[in-house]
Amino acid sequence: MNEHISQYNYWQESWGRLKGNKMAFMGLFVLSFLMLFAIIGPFLTPYTYYETHLHLKNHPPSMQFWFGTDELGRDLFTRVWWGARISLLVGITASLIDLVIGVFYGSLAASIGGKIEELMMRIADILYSIPYLLVVILLMVVIGSGITTIIIALTITGWISMARIVRGQILQLNQLDFVKAAQVMGASRFRILTRHLIPNAIGPIIVTVTLTIPTAIFAEAFLSFLGLGVQAPIASWGTMANDGLPALRYYPWRLFFPAGFISLTMLSFNLLGDGLRDAFDPRLRV
Amino acid sequence: MRFLFILVLAILCVGCQKKIRPIDENRQALRLNIHTEPPTLDARKATDTSSMGVISMCFEGLMKRGRDRSVHPAIAYHVEISEDSTVYTFHLRPAKWWDGKPVTAFDFENTWKTILDPNFPSGFACDLYVLKNAKAAKNATVSVDEIGVKAIDAKTLRVELEYAIPYFLDLAASHSFLAVPSHITSQHPNWADNSGPYFVGNGPYVLKKWKHHNCIELVKNELYWDQDVVTLDEIDFCIIEDPNTELNMFESGELDWAGYPLSTLPTDALEPLSKNDQLITYPLSGTYYYIFNVNEPPFNNLNMRKAFSYAINRKEIIDNITLAYQTPATSFIPPTIWKLQSHFEDNHVEEARRLFALGMQEMGWTLSTLPKITLIYNSSEGHHKIAQAIQEQWFQAFGLRVKLANVDWKVFLNELLHKQFQIARMGGIAGYSDPTTFFDLYKYPESSNNYSGWGNPEFTRLIETAERCPDLKEREALMRKAEAIFISEMPVAPIYYYQGTYVKKGYLRGVELTEFSEVDFKFAFLEQQ
Amino acid sequence: MIRFLIKKILILILSLFVVASMTFALMQIIPGDPFTQEKAVPEEILKAMYHHYGLDQPWYVQYFRYMKGLVTWDLGPSFKYQGRTVTEIIREGFPVSLTLGLEALLLSVFFGIGLGCIAALKHLKWQDHLTMVVAVLGISVPSFILATFLQYLFAMKLDLLPVARWGTFPHSVLPAIALAALPMAFIARLTRANMVEIMQQDYIQTARSKGLNSVQIVLKHALRNTLLPIVTYLGPLTTAILTGSFAVEKIFGIPGLGQWFVMSITNRDYTVIMGTTVFYSAILMFSVFLVDILYCFIDPRIQLMEKKIKL
Repeated sequence: MNEHISQYNYWQESWGRLKGNKMAFMGLFVLSFLMLFAIIGPFLTPYTYYETHLHLKNHPPSMQFWFGTDELGRDLFTRVWWGARISLLVGITASLIDLVIGVFYGSLAASIGGKIEELMMRIADILYSIPYLLVVILLMVVIGSGITTIIIALTITGWISMARIVRGQILQLNQLDFVKAAQVMGASRFRILTRHLIPNAIGPIIVTVTLTIPTAIFAEAFLSFLGLGVQAPIASWGTMANDGLPALRYYPWRLFFPAGFISLTMLSFNLLGDGLRDAFDPRLRV
Repeated sequence: MRFLFILVLAILCVGCQKKIRPIDENRQALRLNIHTEPPTLDARKATDTSSMGVISMCFEGLMKRGRDRSVHPAIAYHVEISEDSTVYTFHLRPAKWWDGKPVTAFDFENTWKTILDPNFPSGFACDLYVLKNAKAAKNATVSVDEIGVKAIDAKTLRVELEYAIPYFLDLAASHSFLAVPSHITSQHPNWADNSGPYFVGNGPYVLKKWKHHNCIELVKNELYWDQDVVTLDEIDFCIIEDPNTELNMFESGELDWAGYPLSTLPTDALEPLSKNDQLITYPLSGTYYYIFNVNEPPFNNLNMRKAFSYAINRKEIIDNITLAYQTPATSFIPPTIWKLQSHFEDNHVEEARRLFALGMQEMGWTLSTLPKITLIYNSSEGHHKIAQAIQEQWFQAFGLRVKLANVDWKVFLNELLHKQFQIARMGGIAGYSDPTTFFDLYKYPESSNNYSGWGNPEFTRLIETAERCPDLKEREALMRKAEAIFISEMPVAPIYYYQGTYVKKGYLRGVELTEFSEVDFKFAFLEQQ
Repeated sequence: MIRFLIKKILILILSLFVVASMTFALMQIIPGDPFTQEKAVPEEILKAMYHHYGLDQPWYVQYFRYMKGLVTWDLGPSFKYQGRTVTEIIREGFPVSLTLGLEALLLSVFFGIGLGCIAALKHLKWQDHLTMVVAVLGISVPSFILATFLQYLFAMKLDLLPVARWGTFPHSVLPAIALAALPMAFIARLTRANMVEIMQQDYIQTARSKGLNSVQIVLKHALRNTLLPIVTYLGPLTTAILTGSFAVEKIFGIPGLGQWFVMSITNRDYTVIMGTTVFYSAILMFSVFLVDILYCFIDPRIQLMEKKIKL
């Protein structure tokens, strides 16, 4: 038996594979570009995100207003990049929190098993069933609106899907031979979890994260519409897409720019995510 | 792969064949949309426009409102008014309910007394407080029998008011004074829950079908006393909440009308429709305004209130946001009620700044110590746009940014009720054609309806006197004085007077609208091409 | 087996009870009630309404009434739509949402798995990238934007399908597509992710060397193993889709149950909130339970019924 003995450990090897993946790097590049513009974009125009030019409302993109104007005559280019800050911040933070809690909860439940697993999954089900809107209104009344409140609102139940998927994967993986072998060899549960189970579940985990981010972005738009999130005149991509939607027939740029950038962000995250998975998933190492 | 493609094509083709024909040219069938399911069709309980839209076609009262603020006899063909104008005697014509039974004066007496019964959950019972002892009966201090309405016989109704009211006939034409069939309601308390044998009215149309949250179908009432002038055979209401979808259906020919008063037009469509000459607007009896809480800083200072009101550029908002040719409001009572008299100048920014500085000085504030101001409003596209525009106008005027808080509807009402706000969006359509409908809210500082908490003894006196004043000229003079006081103390910042906006197909004629958001299809017809 | 089922049902009932109680608590804490309107109603009238509907009684009395109502499944009338009972509302709205939901579910599962398999089989070729871009669009364009867009394009501009309402099959096409897009995209991506890994396993190579072509391999061997995360996702997805989507139903004017979840809260329609919440929760827990059972069929090695490593 000839086993290839690598000079590098798991992490170094995976990072090497990631570097070779062109599509993933394109995704990373686009994301960096978006983040860069989120920071410098508003400074590129002479307009602020709040000043209204009511007589110039609903104008299509032009030399004066690169992305056109909205229903109050505000420059869309400036607003899109202000919105980028909010959407990216909220989307990424909420998704990361959901990821961490979800993976932790799901793997813990699957590892412990038995009655405790049952209890944990039922608690998740109960939380998921409670009318979300009631919780949102409560938060609005008790804490008031703002970015922190939105992130709290998004992470209260956002982790549950991830937890379910991770639990399912680990249940399946637990039966595989190499896990049983590791147990027999006396490896601690924690070691098995972090070195074997979670890396092998990374495929669906990454795919789920790439779903959580746009869900978070649009949930933020919905919550802001209800009054929980950022208040006018600040807007996120989601709220701009919401506002632009009824105007689709007459002033389509008001929808296309924010929604288009959301899609672009998602595409980049997906390319990056696929690259990460291709690189780090032990099952793909041929 | 190919199989899937063919499958999808097949589905689409089947779809084409079963497409709905938009209009059947030989029937007088009107297709409309109400934007929400009517919570109830019981004329004794309904308070919202959807319910009232349908109820007004199924039920008719003693009088009926017509064009240009006129009031016509309806179920009553003749009215006698006493010398002191407190007793009205209505003589009913031989009208019938849908089931053939006659409409009697007892029906009216029973209906109104039921509404005023302390145990009956009617949301608009206070509209009937003009009747003698009505308020006392509702508060259970006197028996319901003491109320000033009595059926002398089956065709004569005697009504006694608390005091002389010049607009009582207009009130009698409103939805609050309809009658329901007492021979049915006494035996079937759930008569109005569904269409069927127990849902019986006396209006020009009969409720044929009510599929909840789906559609409502009315057909012509052959037993209606005036059925000769009714041309429409049927009216089909669908219940679609989304205004964009409704407009889409209108444009694809599935509806004959879109917009007010049964629903609304999407705000983004107003300008394009206006440019196409499709948009129709008409004045409503209502004012859109922002209300100040005069007990909360900073608006406990009169100059601050005036400053914020003067700094609003109403014309700019009307021309760019509300887009329905509204009239800027620089007074409180709309032009549909009386001739406008402007009390201040719109967009008077220098004066606003002067008063702002004065107010700050009086209260000892600087820009940094000034309490943070929050404007609350309920979630709605229109309110949101207006609030953002005004926020920017105030920023330009004073250099300070008011925080906007759009809140859930019930939370909003709750904050208003408990006076937990500084400035909030308000507005309302009048129920009848007299300024008291607007001033009533602000008559007493401690009444629960008076969200602003403002009061002025002279104002109260003027309104109380005017209420009981039978002479129309004197009334108006008193109330104009009251309006002057009201505006000079600025408990509210009036913004504009409402306009209804709608689009309709050219072949639809004879629809009558009132400035109270009512619509009458009795005389409507579809012109055959 | 019977004991297992009974245990599960008891847990379900207990969970529903907890959900109902927490919902009740939330309803009490949050400001607002069913009867406040903009045109302020005089106090005596409000009081009469509260009394008529029992809202002026102490909280434990009300709590007991709700619990009793849930057990007998007779929650009484809606506070806002007084002529209708909660049971009627659910009974009329659910079949509509169910029909639409099943259509969307079938679409998303069928096309989702299909596209995912194609992408995996042609890994890193143009078919893979194309399906991935389509999937990303499906995930990043939310259902209400897609719904408006579909309505505008297919119903208004091309005049192929009705704009809105419900009744015949053509009415359901556009809303089903709008609902199915996101799940389809997600299922496609999940399928592809798992399938790519599995295709590289030894037993697949063996099957190939035995002469089976790609389709046969996928159907006979690979598919079963990729299904697990999809089935996990399908549990709550099914519940959400079958009980109705608020946005899609609103845009297409569909009289389903979805709008009630939001509307009842906006109106503080307590009985409807209770009824719809418990209904939704029951379906959710049942679907999750079904998913767990399916796990055992898909992968017989999974053991759910025994205790695993002790703490």
